[in-house]
Amino acid sequence: MDSVRCVGLYKTYKQGDQIIIGLDGVNLEVEQEGFACLQSPSGAGKTTLLNAMGGLDRPDGGEVYVAGKRIDNLSKGQLAEMRLHNIGFVFQAYNLIPVLTAMENVEFVMQLQGVPASERAMRAREALNEVGLEGLENRRPAKMSGGQQQRVAVARAIASRPAIVLADEPTANLDSSSARHLMELFAKINETRGTTFVIATHDEMAMSYAKRLIRMRDGKIVEDQLQET
Amino acid sequence: MTATAGIVFRLAWRNLWRNYRRTAIVLAAIVAGIWAMIFMIAFTRGMIESMVSDGIRSIPGHVQIHHPDFRNDPTVDNLMPSPGGELAAALGGEDVVAWSSRVRVPAVISSERGSRGVTLLGIDPVAEVPISFVADDIVEGRHLENERDRGLILGRRLLERIETDVGKRVVVMTQGTDNEVVDRGFRVVGVFESEIASTEEAFAFAGRAALQDLLAIGDQVSEIAVLGKNRREAEQLHRRLAETANAEVEVLPWYELNSYLGTTMRTMDGFVIVWIVVIFLALSFGFVNTLVMAVFERVREIGLMMALGMKPRTILAQIIAESLLLLAIGLAVGNILAWATIHLLSDGIDFSFVGEGLEIMGAASVLKPSLGIKDVLLSTAIVLGLGFVASLSPAIRASRYHPVAAITKE
Ligand SMILES: Nc1ncnc2c1ncn2[C@@H]1O[C@H](COP(=O)(O)OP(=O)(O)O)[C@@H](O)[C@H]1O
Ligand SMILES: [Mg+2]
Repeated sequence: MDSVRCVGLYKTYKQGDQIIIGLDGVNLEVEQEGFACLQSPSGAGKTTLLNAMGGLDRPDGGEVYVAGKRIDNLSKGQLAEMRLHNIGFVFQAYNLIPVLTAMENVEFVMQLQGVPASERAMRAREALNEVGLEGLENRRPAKMSGGQQQRVAVARAIASRPAIVLADEPTANLDSSSARHLMELFAKINETRGTTFVIATHDEMAMSYAKRLIRMRDGKIVEDQLQET
Repeated sequence: MTATAGIVFRLAWRNLWRNYRRTAIVLAAIVAGIWAMIFMIAFTRGMIESMVSDGIRSIPGHVQIHHPDFRNDPTVDNLMPSPGGELAAALGGEDVVAWSSRVRVPAVISSERGSRGVTLLGIDPVAEVPISFVADDIVEGRHLENERDRGLILGRRLLERIETDVGKRVVVMTQGTDNEVVDRGFRVVGVFESEIASTEEAFAFAGRAALQDLLAIGDQVSEIAVLGKNRREAEQLHRRLAETANAEVEVLPWYELNSYLGTTMRTMDGFVIVWIVVIFLALSFGFVNTLVMAVFERVREIGLMMALGMKPRTILAQIIAESLLLLAIGLAVGNILAWATIHLLSDGIDFSFVGEGLEIMGAASVLKPSLGIKDVLLSTAIVLGLGFVASLSPAIRASRYHPVAAITKE
């Protein structure tokens, strides 16, 4: 079973009386334990595709399956429930809730999932160690660097044990060494935990870590190949 | 669900103190509003309370029994026999603290210098002690010793008006049965004062037997004043006595005997609610505005929480929790301050410098604010209830954000 499967996805945006194509017939399967990069220049539809896969936005046509279940026809509340249990998100920026500490941010999703407090704390601590943030558990986001904040987001994404982690331009706001660090972390987690990743990026360095490279143009997938890392 | 409640509460609490200054200012306004709300209620309650208890002491009693026509025509033509049989037994009931039968007639009291019309009451001074005010307020001379006492008690003002004094004789003139005028000399033995000046001119007291003698009415009486345990139980007491009494008498509770007092008491409850709502409305402008701003500033993180799987109704709950938390803190502090203020003023506030004004309303010039748990609970419930309603709109707006649009908002 694939972690996520998209069948014939269409999405258009209206801007004034102009119609902009976001997705134009996208078919895509990402296998379990996969590590795929969506790659394209800006405006080709990466974010639109990730949002459709993650249940953040509904496509105009086509079907999306996450962990074998169809999600494109779910209600707002059902989508929230689906995201909570199946998807880990790492966004480009503003990933963390400012009034919560690193530890609390990592626990946030598990808390909504109803994971018992002791297990939650254990998993959060473990995830923070795994992303190299031991000792920063009680820091608030404002007191952390951009790289550290992204790693807290990664810890949160893996601690809740989702079917798939979707990362939209996770390195775009980082300096090159932090960016490299983050990509190494993704690769390591994919290796050790078997977490499935789909990462949208237009950063050459970031792409080099992917086991599978999916190239997009004008809302279509134009190339899909495995690569040696 | 409890874990969600935990995160909702934590977020609400932390967000509240995020903009410390703004929260402090709004909180100060809420505290001031709640303080004013509670204090004003307590103050007004105290005023009404003293008005009613003074009123009951001048009725007097919680329940009175008369000849059915007495209230229309309060003369010696409408008397009733001294209570006996079943009625006397009912008056011995354990919900009756004291009762006293009285003769009440209009009379003219004359000295060498002047005369005045009064309501003359023939009382049993001993039975009367717990019921009416006279005994406590004798400021000169003595009280009547018993119902056969041939002395007369006058109010300070009346004494001054007709220029007489303790120890002097005055003539009491009134109408006996068969419309004939009767009169007799009485010696003034005592003077009473009242917090309500008009009472000092309106009433005079004599021994009941002495008055019955003068009027030649045997042992008939005009009214029976009954004091129950407290005025709130007057309704039951009234019902019980009315059931026992025969049709030849009329039994009425205090709030019908003095309908002004009864209406005032009922109006007060309405006033309290209006006052709470008015204060809340004044507060709600700043309060709702703050909430709207707080939500607007956090669009992006609300979007983030939604993206991570927080349900719209949990977002809604979080915003509402935040506003209720703010109100709850304001309520707690405001109530404590109001309670402290009331405690400091527990000796009463002396309003004698504006005393005349209050007396017209029938209130004494020293007021003790009175804080009832019912009013505190009522105001808390109304403030939280209205607070809930007022925060619905910003909360609903937040819960309807689209996560993608919210996250990407600049
Ligand atoms: N909310 C929106 N309203 C209008 N046009 C949009 C919106 N979101 C995306 N688009 C358009 O859809 C196309 C794909 O955008 P996007 O998926 O964000 O591309 P990418 O992430 O690859 O940069 C672009 O032309 C973009 O301008
Ligand atoms: Mg994008």
